[in-house]
Amino acid sequence: MTFLPYAVSAWLFLVGLFGVVRSRNLIHLVVCLSVVQASTYVLLLAVGYRHGGAAPIFADVPLGSRTVDPVVATLTLTDVVVEATVVALLLALAVQAHKRFGTLDPDQLGAMRG
Amino acid sequence: MAIAPLTVAVPLLAAGALTAVAPWVNRPIAEVVALGAALAATALSIALLVQAGDGLDIYWFGGWTPRHGIALGVSFAVDSFGAGLAALVAALMVAALIVMWRYRDTDAPHFQVLMLVFLSGMLGFCLSGDLFDMFVFFELMSVAAFALAGFKVEEEAVEGSLNFAVTNTIGSFLILTGIALVYGRTGALNLAQVGGALVGGPSDGLVVVAFALLACGFLVKAAVVPFHFWLADAYAVAPTPVCLLFAGAMSELGVYAVGRLWFDAFAPALGSHADALRAVLIVAGSLTAVVGAVMCFAQDHVKRLLAFATIAYVGLFLIGLGLLTPVGLAGAAIYIVSDGLGKAGLFASVGIVQHRLRHVSEARLRGLGRDLPFTGLLFLAGALSFASLPPFGTFLGKSLIEDGLSSAGYEWVVPILVLTSVLTSAAVLRVAAGAFLGWGTAVPRRVSALDESGSEEDAPRGRTPPSMYLPALAMILGALAVGTIPGIAESVQGAAARFADGHGYAAAVLNGTTPARPGTLPYSTAGHAYAYAAVTGLGAVAMAALALFGNRGRGSAGARLADLGERALAPLRAVHSGRVGDYVAWLVSGVAALGGALALALHPI
Amino acid sequence: MTRRGRMVLFGFGAVGLAALMAWGLAGLPSFGDFDGAYGTLLSKIAVPERQASSVVAAVTFDYRGLDTLGEEFILFAAAVGVLVLLRIQRGEEDIPAEPQHSRLPTGRSLTLRSVATALVGPVVLLGLYIVSHGHLTPGGGFQGGLVLAAGLLLAYLSGAHLRLGRARPVSAMELSEAAGAAGFALIGLGGLVFAGVFLENFLPTGTFRSLISGGTIPLANVAVGAEVMGATLLILAELLDQHLLTHGRHRR
Repeated sequence: MTFLPYAVSAWLFLVGLFGVVRSRNLIHLVVCLSVVQASTYVLLLAVGYRHGGAAPIFADVPLGSRTVDPVVATLTLTDVVVEATVVALLLALAVQAHKRFGTLDPDQLGAMRG
Repeated sequence: MAIAPLTVAVPLLAAGALTAVAPWVNRPIAEVVALGAALAATALSIALLVQAGDGLDIYWFGGWTPRHGIALGVSFAVDSFGAGLAALVAALMVAALIVMWRYRDTDAPHFQVLMLVFLSGMLGFCLSGDLFDMFVFFELMSVAAFALAGFKVEEEAVEGSLNFAVTNTIGSFLILTGIALVYGRTGALNLAQVGGALVGGPSDGLVVVAFALLACGFLVKAAVVPFHFWLADAYAVAPTPVCLLFAGAMSELGVYAVGRLWFDAFAPALGSHADALRAVLIVAGSLTAVVGAVMCFAQDHVKRLLAFATIAYVGLFLIGLGLLTPVGLAGAAIYIVSDGLGKAGLFASVGIVQHRLRHVSEARLRGLGRDLPFTGLLFLAGALSFASLPPFGTFLGKSLIEDGLSSAGYEWVVPILVLTSVLTSAAVLRVAAGAFLGWGTAVPRRVSALDESGSEEDAPRGRTPPSMYLPALAMILGALAVGTIPGIAESVQGAAARFADGHGYAAAVLNGTTPARPGTLPYSTAGHAYAYAAVTGLGAVAMAALALFGNRGRGSAGARLADLGERALAPLRAVHSGRVGDYVAWLVSGVAALGGALALALHPI
Repeated sequence: MTRRGRMVLFGFGAVGLAALMAWGLAGLPSFGDFDGAYGTLLSKIAVPERQASSVVAAVTFDYRGLDTLGEEFILFAAAVGVLVLLRIQRGEEDIPAEPQHSRLPTGRSLTLRSVATALVGPVVLLGLYIVSHGHLTPGGGFQGGLVLAAGLLLAYLSGAHLRLGRARPVSAMELSEAAGAAGFALIGLGGLVFAGVFLENFLPTGTFRSLISGGTIPLANVAVGAEVMGATLLILAELLDQHLLTHGRHRR
């Protein structure tokens, strides 16, 4: 259990990249990229976890009790927003690719050779 | 002292304000506001540069100063390298906005808004002293860049932008993984605090892998081989003012980040392995320079040609950084500034060619430019800047790097520097001679399928508007001027010593102590630097002449040589396939190889 | 490069990268044993100093407010980017506005329309609650902004014809997004003007666990909420427009 979350994160990273490399559809490629994103969320949150720690929200948790790390929560929040916006842009590009080239296959777009 | 946040905040506020009034604002207003914000940012960055001087200016956001050596808030740590880079970026943005004055379709104010956000991202990145904050500004810059690269939707800019976006996003995932590793070990995000915390602990696999992943992530943006494939595709399709910025401002930020990370966060702990790191960085830089230069010479599409030249020069910057000494760093810094201005000027000149002659393919441009002598002179000046001839700033930068290489025992790299300059300069000379003088009898080897037959500008075809040639002229003159400033080599070496001083940095950030003034060594260009420059110049002219006249007729020696060259080059060309799946496969292998090399260099098993 | 060659190259690279990552990740403290000084210190001092019961909100909007400003503008830039990338080209048909009387509702099913109509009010209220209580409970501007956007989408689904197209609503969304983004930057500037440092919390911090606490944090939450709502709706509207454009119809 001690390193399982980290292993999961590494697995997600690699499997997402595998999907990107093998992809035959731009939408599928973008979703695979979001799988790779997910690995960063898992890693950040796993790094900051503390056994028996409560959420760092002192609305009803008494002050001074053991909490998980609040900084990684902020980092993950920022990360989620940032990556979601990149996905939005990539999807817009995919829509345009479909309009211009009539296909969503990344291997068929090629005008950029050499 | 509030200059630092205003540098970043002013363009952001302008962007927000423009969007809020978007339905009611017309194009001239948007352009004026954007230009005003960019000019303000330039003035503020120059003020920061003057104020930073030889020391380090720290600005803590939110008023959160460190307690017991723990940094609570986010800081901007401004030294002259960071401020200087910021000033260069802002100045190039001003030039790009002026070039854009007559741009045909800007979907106002959205293009201007994206440019302003791009500017803020780059400025914040240069000034930041916090690891995660660097990542945030890096992403800000990247997101704006993806949209700007894909701007010309009616001309298949999609593919270039897609390749750009996918590869750079994977780079940012690498950076995030590195940040998570660093945070897991040190519990800190501030660069100075990380540096101190890493010294206290063991320098094991985690530390070196974190550095390797972070470095690889930033080098994807810098387009070091084999992460470089996206760059040529993106430059080929982006609008000219945007290319100007990409080439002059964005490409060197990755190299800057690796330097910043090394000296301030990792060198205190891993500094004893600096020699091994030097070897890895210099080899990576040399490989990038050679691949970039060779592919540059082999291009037909002029914007792709300049894109590969950019890659080649990033290799040289990396070599300068990789020396890890003040001489090498100073050389890289001067080279970045003068080469950035020169390349931007060349891109602006390509914009003029595209407007007047309606082509960017070298084969199709042959002889069309006879009425444009002035633009031809600009191209010639750009070629001279590439060849690092005195008195251009590139000459000074290159001779500093050459000196650094000799004293570090890496003399074998100097011919690579010469070769890079020869090939890139010859390529530009070849294009200029072919287009503006009509020289060249060579049968075109390879004509690019991707050409741009329309103009981007909304101006009469027979004239070049001043908004296009004035910035080009100003930038090329700037590249020239950098080399003529008296005493610049000494003062930049002093700034480089500051940049490399990790302990001084930590003391200034966490304890507020003023770092000691570094001593400046007098510098005079050695005689052999002029010899190298002469060889480069002659070599460039010879290569260009060979390319233009060498292979007339099928059976001549020149033609056979060209055939041989083309056959040798074919696998390299095939690898640049334009397919994003291939690029990502190369990226992953590159991380394994370069990242593995970095990690093993810093932690020999 | 053939696909096969690409997969072989990737295979070698992935093995190397996996080894590198395993080597690095092995050095992390085991899961649950993290003891970072930064986080612990913040948990201790956030409440006494800022009276904000949610330490995460305090970190996001106060201690590391600059990161959030940057992140907000990333969302802003992406929304503008999507606008730019999907803009109508010369020669493409524009979507003409339908005359009022012939508009059909977007959703065909009566169940969908009824449920959506019933849910709009509660969801928007929930979104407003989450945004305004971000400094007291889990949530905040980002999360609440998304819920608000979802609420307005429900209005569209219920047939209320928000005309997510080339007309007024796009300007309203752009305005909301820009006002939110600029608002946050102005709060930062307010810190500079009133307290001497950019992004310094310059409002009185109020009492712990009440709605007026945390100084500028609730204001920042509202700004971010407006921005996220605007940006999300803008992006969705653009993508939906493309769908309508390519299918040439104005009904689903």
